[in-house]
Amino acid sequence: MKLAYWMYAGPAHIGTLRVASSFKNVHAIMHAPLGDDYFNVMRSMLERERDFTPVTASIVDRHVLARGSQEKVVENIARKDKEERPDLIILTPTCTSSILQEDLQNFVDRAALESESDVLLADVNHYRVNELQAADRTLEQVVRFYVEKARKQNNLATALTPRPSANIIGVFTLGFHNQHDSRELKKLLQDLGIDVNEVIPEGGSVTRLRNLPKAWFNIVPYREVGLMTAHYLERELGMPFVSTTPMGVVDTAAFIREVEGILTQRAPQTSPGESVSLNGSLVNFEDYIEQQTRFVSQAAWFSRSIDCQNLTGKKAVVFGDATHAASMTKILAREMGIRVSCSGTYCKHDADWFREQVQGFCDEVLITDDHTHVGDMIARIEPAAIFGTQMERHIGKRLDIPCGVISAPVHIQNFPLGYRPFLGYEGTNQVADLVYNSFTLGMEDHLLEIFGGHDTKEVITKSLSTEGGLVWAPDGLAELTKIPGFVRGKIKRNTEKFASDNNISKITLEVMYAAKEAAGA
Amino acid sequence: MSTALAEPLTFECETGNYHTFCPISCVAWLYQKIEDSFFLVVGTKTCGYFLQNALGVMIFAEPRYAMAELEEGDISAQLNDYKELKRLCLQIKQDRNPSVIVWIGTCTTEIIKMDLEGMAPQLEAEIGIPIVVARANGLDYAFTQGEDTVLAAMAHRCPSLEKGSRVEPRAEGTLVENLLRFAKPNAPLPLSHGEVAKLSQPPLVLFGSLPSTVATQLTMELKNQGISVAGWLPAQRYIDLPALGEGVHVCGVNPFLSRTATTLMRRRRCKLVGAPFPIGPDGTRAWIEKICSVFDIQPQGLEEREAAIWAGLEDYLELVRGKSVFFMGDNLLEVSLARFLIRCGMIVYEIGIPYMDKRFQAAELELLERTCHEMGVPLPRIVEKPDNYHQIQRIRELQPDLAITGMAHANPLEARGISTKWSVEFTFAQIHGFTNSRDILELVTRPLRRNESLQSLGWTSLVKSSGN
Repeated sequence: MKLAYWMYAGPAHIGTLRVASSFKNVHAIMHAPLGDDYFNVMRSMLERERDFTPVTASIVDRHVLARGSQEKVVENIARKDKEERPDLIILTPTCTSSILQEDLQNFVDRAALESESDVLLADVNHYRVNELQAADRTLEQVVRFYVEKARKQNNLATALTPRPSANIIGVFTLGFHNQHDSRELKKLLQDLGIDVNEVIPEGGSVTRLRNLPKAWFNIVPYREVGLMTAHYLERELGMPFVSTTPMGVVDTAAFIREVEGILTQRAPQTSPGESVSLNGSLVNFEDYIEQQTRFVSQAAWFSRSIDCQNLTGKKAVVFGDATHAASMTKILAREMGIRVSCSGTYCKHDADWFREQVQGFCDEVLITDDHTHVGDMIARIEPAAIFGTQMERHIGKRLDIPCGVISAPVHIQNFPLGYRPFLGYEGTNQVADLVYNSFTLGMEDHLLEIFGGHDTKEVITKSLSTEGGLVWAPDGLAELTKIPGFVRGKIKRNTEKFASDNNISKITLEVMYAAKEAAGA
Repeated sequence: MSTALAEPLTFECETGNYHTFCPISCVAWLYQKIEDSFFLVVGTKTCGYFLQNALGVMIFAEPRYAMAELEEGDISAQLNDYKELKRLCLQIKQDRNPSVIVWIGTCTTEIIKMDLEGMAPQLEAEIGIPIVVARANGLDYAFTQGEDTVLAAMAHRCPSLEKGSRVEPRAEGTLVENLLRFAKPNAPLPLSHGEVAKLSQPPLVLFGSLPSTVATQLTMELKNQGISVAGWLPAQRYIDLPALGEGVHVCGVNPFLSRTATTLMRRRRCKLVGAPFPIGPDGTRAWIEKICSVFDIQPQGLEEREAAIWAGLEDYLELVRGKSVFFMGDNLLEVSLARFLIRCGMIVYEIGIPYMDKRFQAAELELLERTCHEMGVPLPRIVEKPDNYHQIQRIRELQPDLAITGMAHANPLEARGISTKWSVEFTFAQIHGFTNSRDILELVTRPLRRNESLQSLGWTSLVKSSGN
């Protein structure tokens, strides 16, 4: 047992549901007790989703405990099959169902016989993997299922597209700025003359998964989700993949060069005469990188500008998922000259990769999923700014240190309506803004130092001293203090107005309530 | 409008495939209510994730609740439950020193049959802090019923009102005071203003967790009728729990407290006052009248008070009159709210509700029926354990002016042009008593007022295929 107040990564079934509900026309059925469908709330609220989240529960209640699910799960699958006609139904185990040890695979097999949809059991163990690992596995499982199915039916599309093309793997619902990143990646590929073959799982359709092999290569923008799928496709179909995250000027260039390498390697052997825009030897993106870096992205110029000079050597702490924390550490240290005192991740399963990535870019590395350790580390280091998750933002608030949010877990404000990618060249601009705004602005900082801090004189208050003869009785005053601070002033004014209108000189508890009833809140 | 007036209320039961909060969410408001408590939820990451996300920022204000997160070793019994819980509870004692630790049993502890009730007394003796066990799990309960399980468990911990101290009708005031004070040393004096006529009133204990402001308001409403409230379950502090015993009258303030009511009657031998719940001015008046009638008191000035409240609501009533409502059901407040809204002039199509205790809610149901007749509207259908999928089909057909629903369905319905109000807000807002009637309508009318201001823009339906 572990005393826990907060966790960075959610339980396994959340990962499965995120993948399932990202695909079009895929329905997930959770084998879970009442109340475990909280995922629907998160998706509906955080993503402001317009459609009903395609997740329902096959409820585990007392009867199920006593006699087993029996026909219930199979019936629920059959019912969903008829109601929604999904392409695929994924039965999702939860922590509850994994201890019940019912033979869910058997339910799935039986249901598959009768339903028109395909039916799968998500292969995740609740007590061994977290949300991110489960998402990675589920995506691979779905892809493998449909590639194998296509092979059996002999309709796997194996011929490469005439023009170079790529699949983007791992963009999905409730991902940190994933929608914006996806758009930015597509734009980047378009600039490079590369078509987008399929994007999975977000907005993808499982019936189109048989087309995955048509792409020349795969792109896995995030470390956490998609690598298993990419490895599978490489192993089975020989598809190469790029797993460098194009975040920051340097890594975006590295990403493009990797793409270039793959195109040169794949181009000649495919369509010798046909390749329109591309002929192996002609692939050269260096000019593009040069142009983008120097003039389109403002980040390279920003790092030369005197604003950024003021950030030199300032201490920062970075914490988040492996992808974003590693990229951010490199951007801060390599591209902006900021001193990263500590860089850390909660992706404990990927600790080795993380250490290797940030080596040389930070003073120390912290691998933990205990937020109190992170809090202690921040308190000890006292950085000028934090780049972390919502948890670090709250730690920062407590310690009065500014924080830029760079990674999930996130709140609704991290699902902005405006265009805010973290990847690609526009992403470098966004990150530069985020960094710059997180540190106290350079000149402000300078002036504060010269003048010894902010003006501390009492602010002149707006309240007028016209409380003409009104007295607050002790019970009224006590009640007033119970009212939350942000409305207390208003309630006080309303009550006093009510009292003076009614010629009451002493404000008691009764008067307060009467005022509320009269004024209407 | 005049159809179906003679028909009795009908109850239906669907599949129970509906969205609601897990009952462990009750820790969110109970830990704030009971100031010296600590809530330990014994469960898995799933429970923790729910609490963390559902309770949003509250988690960062050094909450007095935590997860005892079960790991694989706990599930497979490689670790000793007792030792593990002892370790965590000692840590809690050291860090927070609460007056009571409440263990919340979850689905997982049910399934692996962790004997929390058995371990609690033993551990309690060992560490010297009372441990209350409540099984607020999703296998058995929905949302607000979590509070019910906690209060039912707490009812056992209330001090006893000794049988000998039973208030005799003509007993001397000071003696009664002393006896009651003896029973619960920290509680406020039960008698006020020296209203000697009311000395004969047996102690009245109200149950249900309300913000202290609302509790004070209700207490005052009763005081105005000469009825003193001997205590509340729960009190602001665990050590102030009210004395219970034979001759104590109890009355609920919320419709989801049926287990607590049963426990108070059967185990603590209290007398239950079955009344409608003090939600809305009509409910509040009926609630006070019922309590008065039990104590043989003629209520004073209630009618005028109710009328004054209604008059104050007129601007909101104008907005809601004739509009229709559909309750999808998730927090058990539905019947009381529907009854109030019908009195406001609305038409209720359906009252979805997770669980319907017809005995505990008898007076409320009767008032609902009467209200429908008086307002000349057909009786709504009451659907227990609703099926959200079917409900959405019905909402599409009926096109109600307002759907009161959980957050999982609110945005998708809004996108389809159906105005919604999140039901959870009714649980957290102050909705009890005369004073707060306006707050209920403030919530109900918010989508209507918002729509008024957006009406001319012409983008009510915002999904691509208008078919669904």
